[in-house]
Amino acid sequence: MVASTSASLRIDSRKFHGYELPAPGAPGHRDGARVGLERPLPEKVGIEASAQLRGKMATAGGGCVADPGSRSLLRLLSFCVLLAGLCEGNSVERKIYIPLNKTAPCVRLLNATHQIGCQSSISGDTGVIHVVEKEEDLQWVLTDGPNPPYVVLLEGTLFTRDVMEKLKGRSGRIAGLAVSLAKPSPASGFSPSVQCPNDGFGVYSNSYGSQFAHCRAFQWNKVGDGLAYEDFSFPIFLLEDENETNVIKQCYRDHNLSPNGSAPAFPLCAMQLFSHMHAVVSTVTCMRRSLIQSSFSISPEIVCDPLSDYNVWSLLKPINTSGTLEPDDRVVVAATRLDSRSFFWNVAPGAESAVASFITQLAAAEALQKAPDAATLPRNVMFVFFQGETFDYIGSSRMVYDMENGKFPVQLENIDSFVELGQVALRNSLELWMHTDPMSQKNETVLNQVEVLLSTLEQSGAGVPTVVLRRLNQSQPLPPSSLQRFLRARNVSGVVLADHSDSFHNLYYQSIYDTAENINVTYPAGQSPEEDLNFVTDTAKALAGVATVLARALYRLAGGASFNDTIQADPHTVTRLLYGFLVRANNSWFQSILRPDLRSYLGDGPLQHYIAVSSPTNATYVVQYALANLTGKVIDLTREQCQDPSQVPTENKDLYEYTWVQGPLNANETDRLPRCVRSTARLARALSPAFELKQWGSTEYSTWTESRWKDIRARIFLIASKELEAEFGSMAELLDVAGKGLNQLSVEANLQEWRLKPAFSPHCWPRACLQRA
Amino acid sequence: MTAAVFFGCAFIAFGPALALYIFTIVTEPLRIIFLIIGAFFWLVSLLFSSLIWFTTATLIGNKDEPREKYLLIFGVLISVLIQEMFRFAYYKLLKKASEGLKTINPYEKAPSMRLLAYVSGLGFGIMSGVFSFVNTLSDSLGPGTVGIHGDPPQFFLYSAFMTLVITLLHVFWGIVFFDGCEKKKWYTLLVVLLSHLLVSALHVGSYFPNHGSNPRPLHWKRRVLTTRLPKSSVCILMNFPSVNTPMSLKPK
Repeated sequence: MVASTSASLRIDSRKFHGYELPAPGAPGHRDGARVGLERPLPEKVGIEASAQLRGKMATAGGGCVADPGSRSLLRLLSFCVLLAGLCEGNSVERKIYIPLNKTAPCVRLLNATHQIGCQSSISGDTGVIHVVEKEEDLQWVLTDGPNPPYVVLLEGTLFTRDVMEKLKGRSGRIAGLAVSLAKPSPASGFSPSVQCPNDGFGVYSNSYGSQFAHCRAFQWNKVGDGLAYEDFSFPIFLLEDENETNVIKQCYRDHNLSPNGSAPAFPLCAMQLFSHMHAVVSTVTCMRRSLIQSSFSISPEIVCDPLSDYNVWSLLKPINTSGTLEPDDRVVVAATRLDSRSFFWNVAPGAESAVASFITQLAAAEALQKAPDAATLPRNVMFVFFQGETFDYIGSSRMVYDMENGKFPVQLENIDSFVELGQVALRNSLELWMHTDPMSQKNETVLNQVEVLLSTLEQSGAGVPTVVLRRLNQSQPLPPSSLQRFLRARNVSGVVLADHSDSFHNLYYQSIYDTAENINVTYPAGQSPEEDLNFVTDTAKALAGVATVLARALYRLAGGASFNDTIQADPHTVTRLLYGFLVRANNSWFQSILRPDLRSYLGDGPLQHYIAVSSPTNATYVVQYALANLTGKVIDLTREQCQDPSQVPTENKDLYEYTWVQGPLNANETDRLPRCVRSTARLARALSPAFELKQWGSTEYSTWTESRWKDIRARIFLIASKELEAEFGSMAELLDVAGKGLNQLSVEANLQEWRLKPAFSPHCWPRACLQRA
Repeated sequence: MTAAVFFGCAFIAFGPALALYIFTIVTEPLRIIFLIIGAFFWLVSLLFSSLIWFTTATLIGNKDEPREKYLLIFGVLISVLIQEMFRFAYYKLLKKASEGLKTINPYEKAPSMRLLAYVSGLGFGIMSGVFSFVNTLSDSLGPGTVGIHGDPPQFFLYSAFMTLVITLLHVFWGIVFFDGCEKKKWYTLLVVLLSHLLVSALHVGSYFPNHGSNPRPLHWKRRVLTTRLPKSSVCILMNFPSVNTPMSLKPK
């Protein structure tokens, strides 16, 4: 009994506050690679978020108060925490629950009028597990099974609109859903996106080009079933780890299977899913609630945050970014998108939807920078990587807004022409299609400019045997693209290069299956990671061809002529980028081009391209640094000079961005050779103008927000009987609420001190820590 | 079933103690005070033993499994020693207090040492029972129940009975201990200490990690879990009164 007391203390501190925190040393409920994105903390709500965080942390050991005045108390409390940490492993809870650590939830997103995504009740939704491997198994869940509600473990191939509608129709019998990954990817394609992506926010509307509005001509994303834009009243989780899926299935087989369809005997194997969302109805509602909270409450509970991040951009020739360009300066814009999404939060591999295109543009930027007369071309070239395009063009609409308001060095009237890369990795034969806008070409001048643009592209393509550029019918509308946002503001001459002539070739647009395999990036078995990194795949060669065409076209558009045929994109660059973004971010090359403090952002898997609400995300940083290293110059500065180049008379911070990167390993592979890279690669805010203007119901700008949540986790366990559990859930909830109340009190008591010195925190989010540093 | 388990286990573990409290303690305010002081002494002893345990754990600083096991056994040993030391300290305090009480109120009979032994033992017992069982009890609220790793589903029931036994044992140990002190029969103190050690050592088994890769400890532990009730507690319960001198539990 005596021995038990220390263990008791530990459970005590965790349980009575209604939260379950991973104790020090124990596996967390989110995997390490994601911790950087755990929960967003935008600047303006930092205090609240920190307070919320404190609330959470306080539960870990009765409150760690960083108050110098009560050091002894602090010591006593930290002692309790340590004591709690040491006793890990002997808890009763471990006898009852198996936490599922490798999961991705579906969370709630909101726009001006709707909410989409999923949520659980505040104390989590519990149901008896039923494995559905074929459609007939649904019968048990929907009608026959005697122990509802059920948590359905759904095979990935069955995660379709049909099945989901059936489940939605009987939501009283469904407590939640756990979806396993289908391997291989469904052959008939799967896209949870809609058939007409970004409808209503592009250039076509009922009043302008109404024959093209709402994809009347044809649907761009034919396989899209719109699942990711539905609202579900039960939680849905993705099981990312096959081992965990097998543990669940084993538990199901041991306890929930009964011979010939009779009711299985208790205890039954059950699953509990927590993903309670704070925001409801729409962005208008949730932003209003947040605003009211933050203006009246001392510990405001923000309920949703706008999706936002940063665009990455660079210029071929440096310009003074503290001012704006002269009206007669001409700039050729090369654009592409950075982000993708899927049904599940922060699972957005986006190989074809985004990664292949921005990698191609990175390679083109590198090739163009190498042209000997790049610095003396008559026109400048701007490379832009738009973030948040998936969510109604957040990045491009913001850049256009900033250009219109003189908050961006380049103005709209400076834009000479616009070349955008759509999806380019899945070309049938060698064709690359040039999409143009029929509406703007009704204007004679624009028509001529577009004609020049197309013929320049065709001439550039002529020297590249692996790419054949093809024109499209004049009356075909533009695919969903950033160019549409620029066309809304001004009749620029622009073209979108894509691998598809009408509908997307991508069968997995914005889905979890849009991975390296989708664009045929595969490596021979038995190679080391280092060999894989430098292995030139066929996809890399094909994309390098596209990059060469793009670079040469940009060179001509910028007025160059003499070195046209020497410009060549490097397939090695492309293949290393593909490996880093799609297979393994933590590789020697990515390590060498990143800032030392960003090292931990690279995980062992691929990078995810969901825009998120805290920024910049891992992928944005990596793109920025890849761009800086590919187009920049290594200059001879010390670390201090690199971090503050204003001390060096020959350097200018307005023209260039200076970054101190880790550098490659030296010959012994023991130390790194850090260096200073000077480039024009910069970040520009990608927060929808709707939030700048506080027009939360805007139909002009993207209004997507992400709900906040406190706790997202999943666990399995045995339940002894169902009837009593239902009524008893309410009692557990009561304890939960009481715990939270206590917690809230402690947060409020400490808030005053917290406000005075927010940096004096023993625990901050990994990202917040980094940003402070 | 979670609610039934919760209330059932709660009443098994704390019901008898509650009954004793209602029928024998609340009748006099002084007894309540002595009971609470007893509980407080047990808490202080817990604080000391955890301090010692913690410092040794940080000094050793290694987290491999066998060493952790030894550390736990060491912790149990120390903790039992400290608890008995505090029982002795409480005895000394009561001794002084009863003399003081006599001088303050010479007309009223001071409570007998036997009664104080019972009250203090109950204080020790209640507090240790609460500390060892409340968190297990809160886990019994569900939604899950023990068994996903193959543990016996009666875990909560065992724990509840164990808590009951420990609570009552503390009462008996208190009485035996105080009696030994009064009569200066020091070997009875040793008997109390040894039996306390024995019970605690048996209990340790259930708190070792239960789903390790080695099947033998698991087997051993299960045996302890299922056999400790009859073997340890019951025999102690049966034997002690015979070793013991008569108890007067009557409220005055």
